[in-house]
Order: sequence, then structure tokens, then C-alpha cells
Amino acid sequence: MGKHNYTPQDFKSDQEVRWCPGCGDHAILNSVYRALPEVSELLDYSKERYVFVSGIGCSSRFPYYVNTFGFHGIHGRASAIATGIKVANPRLSVWQMTGDGDALAIGGNHFIHAIRRNIDINIILFNNEIYGLTKGQYSPTSKLGSVTKTSPFGTVEQPFRPGELIIGAQGKFFARCIDVDVKHTAEVLVEAAKHDGTSVVVVEQNCVIFNDRTHAYYTDKENRLERVIYLKHGEKMLFGEKKDKGLVLENNLLKVVKLGENGYTIDNILVHNAYEPNPGLHVMLANMNAPEFPMALGVIRAVKFPTYDDNVRDQLIEIQKESKITCVDDLLHSGETFEM
Amino acid sequence: MAVMDKQKQTINLEEVAIRFSGDSGDGMQLTGTLFSDASALFGNDISTFPDYPSEIRAPQGTIGGVSGFQVHVGSKKLHTPGDYCDVLVAMNPAALKANAKWVKPGGTIIVDSDTFNEKGLQRAGYKTDDPIAELKLEDYKTIFAPITTLTKESLKETDLDNKSIVRSKNMFALGMVYYMFERPLQYTEKFFEKKFKSKPRVIDANKKVLRDGYNYTSNIQAIANTYQVSPAKNLKKGLYRNINGNTAAAWGFIAASEKAKLPLFCGSYPITPATDILIELAKRKDLGVKTLQVEDEIAGICTAIGASYAGNFAITTTSGPGLSLKSEAMGLAVMTELPLVIVDVQRGGPSTGLPTKTEQSDLYQALFGRNGECPMVVIAASTPSNCFDYAFMASKIALEHMTPVILLTDGYLANGTEPWLIPSMKDFPEIKPPIVEENTPSYQPYERNPETLARGWAFPGKKGIEHRVGGLEKDYIKGSVSHDPLNHQRMVDVRAEKVERVKNYIPIQEVIGDEEGDLLVVSWGGTYGHVLTAVQNLREKGKSVSLCHLNYLNPLPKNLSEIFKRYKKLLVCELNMGQLANYLRMNFQEYNYLQYNKVQGLPFTVVELEEKFIKILEAK
Repeated sequence: MGKHNYTPQDFKSDQEVRWCPGCGDHAILNSVYRALPEVSELLDYSKERYVFVSGIGCSSRFPYYVNTFGFHGIHGRASAIATGIKVANPRLSVWQMTGDGDALAIGGNHFIHAIRRNIDINIILFNNEIYGLTKGQYSPTSKLGSVTKTSPFGTVEQPFRPGELIIGAQGKFFARCIDVDVKHTAEVLVEAAKHDGTSVVVVEQNCVIFNDRTHAYYTDKENRLERVIYLKHGEKMLFGEKKDKGLVLENNLLKVVKLGENGYTIDNILVHNAYEPNPGLHVMLANMNAPEFPMALGVIRAVKFPTYDDNVRDQLIEIQKESKITCVDDLLHSGETFEM
Repeated sequence: MAVMDKQKQTINLEEVAIRFSGDSGDGMQLTGTLFSDASALFGNDISTFPDYPSEIRAPQGTIGGVSGFQVHVGSKKLHTPGDYCDVLVAMNPAALKANAKWVKPGGTIIVDSDTFNEKGLQRAGYKTDDPIAELKLEDYKTIFAPITTLTKESLKETDLDNKSIVRSKNMFALGMVYYMFERPLQYTEKFFEKKFKSKPRVIDANKKVLRDGYNYTSNIQAIANTYQVSPAKNLKKGLYRNINGNTAAAWGFIAASEKAKLPLFCGSYPITPATDILIELAKRKDLGVKTLQVEDEIAGICTAIGASYAGNFAITTTSGPGLSLKSEAMGLAVMTELPLVIVDVQRGGPSTGLPTKTEQSDLYQALFGRNGECPMVVIAASTPSNCFDYAFMASKIALEHMTPVILLTDGYLANGTEPWLIPSMKDFPEIKPPIVEENTPSYQPYERNPETLARGWAFPGKKGIEHRVGGLEKDYIKGSVSHDPLNHQRMVDVRAEKVERVKNYIPIQEVIGDEEGDLLVVSWGGTYGHVLTAVQNLREKGKSVSLCHLNYLNPLPKNLSEIFKRYKKLLVCELNMGQLANYLRMNFQEYNYLQYNKVQGLPFTVVELEEKFIKILEAK
């Protein structure tokens, strides 16, 4: 018997889910429904302690579909709203649901600063490399040359690589998933919830209408295991259907090798250490892409570090212990006063 | 003790204004503050006004770098820092040039003659080598004192470095003014002892320079008389402190948080002249205040909205350009119907405008500056100390009516100081927000109190009342997303009606002066002291002038039209191009509104107001 015994059903709201049929968001919603009962058991969170916060965009409709507390904010500002909620009541489990436009374009400033402060919230970034709700304009993660409604001749700007940006903003937790792998995404969401501090999970998500199959190279089932690598802390960095390929570090760079070829054995393969504070290897892993490399999935970085909300609370407690001012009347009479 | 020259006469004055001016690095703000503190401790009423450039250190010796601080000292109640000063202290030629126009005809000017050399005059942009003639100051009593030399002389025995010695010259000047006005030195000496606690040599040095300045003035024959301003008699007895508008506002919010029994949260971004509110709040962790200096203005208000949703009493502080940036989020607070106070310490605009100067030109922005039908409560403070009261009232309305409230102050109120009779918290009303209890049966997020139309405030973390809110239009009861046309109309109506009903919870408008008459002066916010003084002066001369000064701007007090009816002429005075006048035209079209407007980054002068009032009274 668990403490709460929630089922995914307990987290479904009475609102009709209005994403397009075939949208990757449905899968992410299912991953969340699946993860929350487990998070509740592990961390002893009852349902009313969850708050889902969002900005604007398709992904930002998310809070309406989860039967907990929810706040659907304005474009780009979810990180700031979530920060306010968490500082106001650190007991809450705060989840920010956001997209590549919401978090990385209009909300870029709030996003990097939330990460820098290490406020204890979970940011789930749905990356479909397109603006869906405004019907198909390029986003800060659209590949160079993407043809969209606002780039009819292809984009001429390089995209962000979210992992690099997040770690560059001193991110302590970064994970990546693909929408279609509901089970793995749910596992990663549990890890994000367990991590104290800002946890960012990028979910590579498909927009079936405006950017269909943008991640298909990695997500198509037939080749997936050859094109992605599931990283797990403490385990060898192996991939491929037969787990016969792996990553090694040579000349300070990552390299894909085949076991048994060119003298490489299992002993040469790197062991994933998500807890390593030095971000060097984590950035390299986050930046791996086709065709040379598999895309890294799973928890790439999870480093312990004091959280902002804890620091705020501790400072309040510390100062209140020492201060002589305990109420407003004390304050009004503090310092220089005089009789007239 | 300083030696007094018995042959000199002491003249009693009811009020006197002194302006300290110098380079922005000369410590004029401190000098002025010390003089005003000493005067307040002595028992005078005071009113101060700092006038400083937006550059921290503009090129030395130039007009752009002049920093000033005017203090008005009285043995009667004062409402302004004084239009013109009786004594000007000018630490360099630029300060004299910038401030000569603010000295009363025949007034006294003290200058540091050491700085009046060729280089100094040239930097200040004089065309001749005779500043007195050039500025037409022949009829003024100008005292050329070699303040820098005398300060060096005074401290030559100390082991302070030359830079520190020269930096003390403001204390020499302060000593001179103390002699002129027979101010006791003890309060300032105590200040040195406290400020430089661990540096006894610095304490001694400052004390010595102050006394030497004092004694020097008593020894030279330049000053015929000394002046005394007796302690104020008609002030209420009791315990006072000096306070400026920003500190008062900060404390008013803490007071409201105490009365509401909710932690205070301030999400903010530094901006002149509002920053000091954040600074004051940041000191108050002892009272549980959480201050977040966030990445930008938008994050300021959005963290506050998040905190409000989560059950803290949340505020955000800013000035004009920051209010522009917060506009979209203010709409979110209106839509989600959460309590929130947004403080706008107005400064000269548009754009970056005049960051350190005062103006009242954000009224339109406060009333109307949002997308959609987006009414908010707007309140304005009118004296430095009542920033406390109006911050408290803004908080009470926000929390009890579940609405964002804009509190308007301005650069003049924010930095101006006055003595404040310390209030007692037991005299302030309770604040009772409509907090929803756990497991409230059949809870609906947008169900309203039938009187106030406020919805319930349901904090995350409470069982059985889980719900979602956001910026999309809400269903009238359930709060779920609704695009229904008639529901939208109904929601727009109810949000407006909710704000309108705040009318029933604010005091009725009062008039200073007569029940009816020839001229009613209508003003709002930070101009109160100047307008009041002008009205009182004319009333003493038997003129039929009354004052209707507004603090509640949206909604307007319910008896306002009744008041306007009773006067032959209405004159709206404000530091903008007519924003209140137009707003009144919109609300009460039946009256004719005359206007007096000024946008120079400066407060009104009492003199100009009186002239305008007389002109209007005399006009057919």
C-alpha cells in the first residue's frame, strides 16, 4: 500500500483535450499522468500540492488538462510566474509547461534566469521547432534553412541548441526525451521531480500539422535504437539494437565506435556520470546529432546544488532569529525618533 | 562650545529655506539631510526636496553635474520645501549658476571662493570672469569663503589623506549654516559617532571641521545677524520621525501584510526613482518580507502574480517606463482577479525622459494603458508621509476586492521628507481577504461576494479546491475557458462593476475651504503641498478659493460631481498636459474645466499657482 495510491485517472481534469489528433502533446500528457502517481508516492505529495504553470502556445494549454492547481499565464512569462509561486509557497511542486517559442524566444530572459537561480521547479520544454498556435512560423530551434510561413525561402539564422543553452545558464539538471516514448518520458519526469533545483526536460515533440516528422529521423521505430542513445547515470554509453556501439572520448572529442572493431572493447566505452559538476562532457553529449552521432536521451546532467527557494527561506529564518524588530510598531519606532 | 558674538542680533523667522548645492560628488544630499534632521530634532517642521542629476558623476564642475538639496524649516506647519530659498550654499561656480535663480531677491549666498578660479568658471560656462555681475547678483549678500582652504587648514594635523580632507568641506559649509541659524551641533555630532563607529579619527575630524565652519562664521564680520526658527508650536504633540515617500510606501505595505496576516512578496527591478522601495523592503527580512530582484520589469510583476496566486500579499514597484513593460501582465492580474499592488513612482517622460525629476504624466497610462477592457483601481498619495497610508489603503482594496491596484506616487514625494507623527498599528483597520477554506463544498473559482463582487482566493496546496485560472476569458461561474459571446460581455461588465463598487469603500471627497464659491482648485497626488499652500495664502487674503485634492482616481469618489456643482469656476492643476482634466471631462461632461499645467520636471511653485488663481478669479 502506498501513501496516496493515485492512478493516472486521478490527474485527468474534466476538460476536453483540444490538441490536434496526432499531436505529440497527447503523448506528453499521458507521460505526465503516468509520472504523477509515482512522484506522489516517492515524495509524499498529495494532489493539491501540484501546480502546473504555462505561458502561451499549444503546449501551454497543458494546465487545463491536469486536475490539480493550474495557471495559464501570458506568452513567455511562465518561468517568472512559477518562480513567484514557488517562493511564495516552497511546499508546492511546480511544473512549467512550455514550448520552444515560449521558453526560448519571448521568454528567453526568464527561462535562463530561472535556471541560473536554480529555483526548484520542473520545466518541461516541448520542442517542435515551429510556432503551432499561430499556424506555422519558424522558432528559435527551427533548423537552419527551414521553410515556414515566415521563411518562405528558408531561415537564415542558426537555431539554439537547448541543452547547451540550459547548461550555459548554469543549469544543474538537463534531460531529453522523445514524445513517442511515453514510458521513458514518464521515467525522466520522475527523475526531474526528484531533483532539487531547476530541472529542465526537453521533449522532442512532433507538430503533426505544421512541422510533421521534424524529429522522425530519431523517433521512427525501425531505426530509433541506432539513432538515439539512452543515457543512464553509472551505465556504459552504449546504443544500437544489439548494444554494440558506444561512445569514447578521443582527442578531447566524443567518437562513436563499434565494439570489437579497431580494437575497441567494452572497457573503452565511457560511463555516464550525470552528477559530474564539470559541464564539459554533458554539453558534448547534449550537442550530439546526426548523422555522426546518436541523439542523447535521458538524464544528461543532474548536479546537486543549493536551490533558490531554500536560500530565500534560510535567510529569512536566520535574520528573524537575530532581529529586534518583530512587528510593524517596532519598525516605526526604530532608528531616529524625536518628541515634538 | 562655540563662541557667540554677542554684538550680533538674532532675528526670529517663522520659516526659512536653505538650498545646498555642489558637484554630485560633493555630498550635498547628505549635508542637506543632516541639516533637516538637526532641525527636526530641534523641533521645527521641515520639508525637503532633493534635486539631483541622473548621472552619478557627471563631469566635475559642469552644470550637468550639479546636485541640490533644499530644506524648508518652520515654526509652523509646512507643506512644501519652499519655492525659493533664503540661503544658497554653492560649492562651485556651476552650482551657483544652476541655482542662482532659486534664491529670493536679496537672499544670502555662500560660495566656496577656492573654486572660483579660471578653470572653475570656464567649466561652468561663464562668459566673463565676474560671476556676480554676470548672474546679476549684486543685490544679494554673497559670502566668499575659502572653504576648501579652510577645511585643509582645519584638518592639517590629522593623518587623513588629502582626498578625504577635501571631501570634508561640505561639513565646513554645514557648520557655517548652523551658525547662521543657531542650530545645535549635537545631533550631527551624534550622527558622526554612529556612522563612523569604528573610525574614531574620522569622527573627530568631522566634528572639528563642522565646528571650525561654525566658529569661522561667527568670527568673520560678513554676517550681520543670525536667525532663529523656533520649534513649531501648532504641530500635534507626540513622537515623530523623518520619513520620505519611498520608505513610507514600503512600510505601508509591510503594515498591510501584518494586518492581513499574509507574508509580503515584492518582485521588482531597479528603476529610478522607485528603487528605494525595493531597498527598504529588502532590509525587512526580519518581518518576513520576501524581495526578489528579478531579471526585468516583466518578471517583477509576473513573479508577484505567481506569489499572489500562491497566497502571498504581492506587490511590484516601478516607474513610468517599467509600468509600460508591465502592461500585459497587469491585464493578466485583472483577468485572473488576483490581489496585487503596482507602485508607479512617476518621473518625467516619455521614454527614459527625466529619470530623476518629478511629473504626473502617467495618469493616462495607469487608467487606460492596457489591451482590452481592463479597469483597475488607481490611487495616488499626496505627501511623503501619507505614502504609508495610501500604500496601506491600496493593499486593503487589492486584498479585499481581489483586484490589482495601481498606487501612483512621484519623484517629489519619493525623495521628499517631512516629520511624521508615528502612528500605531492598532489604529489601522483589519484587512480581510476572501480566502477560500480547504474542501469548501461546491467551490467555484469565479463565484463572487454579492457586495464587493470579489471572487474567492483559493491557494494551491489546499485540498478539494483545485482549479485552473489564466489569461483566457473565463466562464462566469466555473472559471473554465469560455469563448461564449454573451459570457464575455457579462465578464467584462462584472470586472468593471467590481472596480466601480470600490466607490462604496473609499472616503467621500472633502474640500478644503468653502462649501461653495468662486474658484475650486482641483488637483491630485504629489502637488498637494504646493496647491494647498497657494490656496491657503489666497484665502488669508480673503479670496474665495477652495481646494479639492484627489487621492482616489479610479473609481472617483461618489460625491465629486456634487462638489463641482457648487463653484463658479473649476481649475485643474497638474504636472502634465491635462490628463486629469480630460478624465474629468469624460466623467462629468457638464462642467467647464480650466487648466494649469506644467511639465518641467519640477514641482509647482506656490507663487506661480497664486498668480494663476488670481488671474482666473479676476477674469470675467
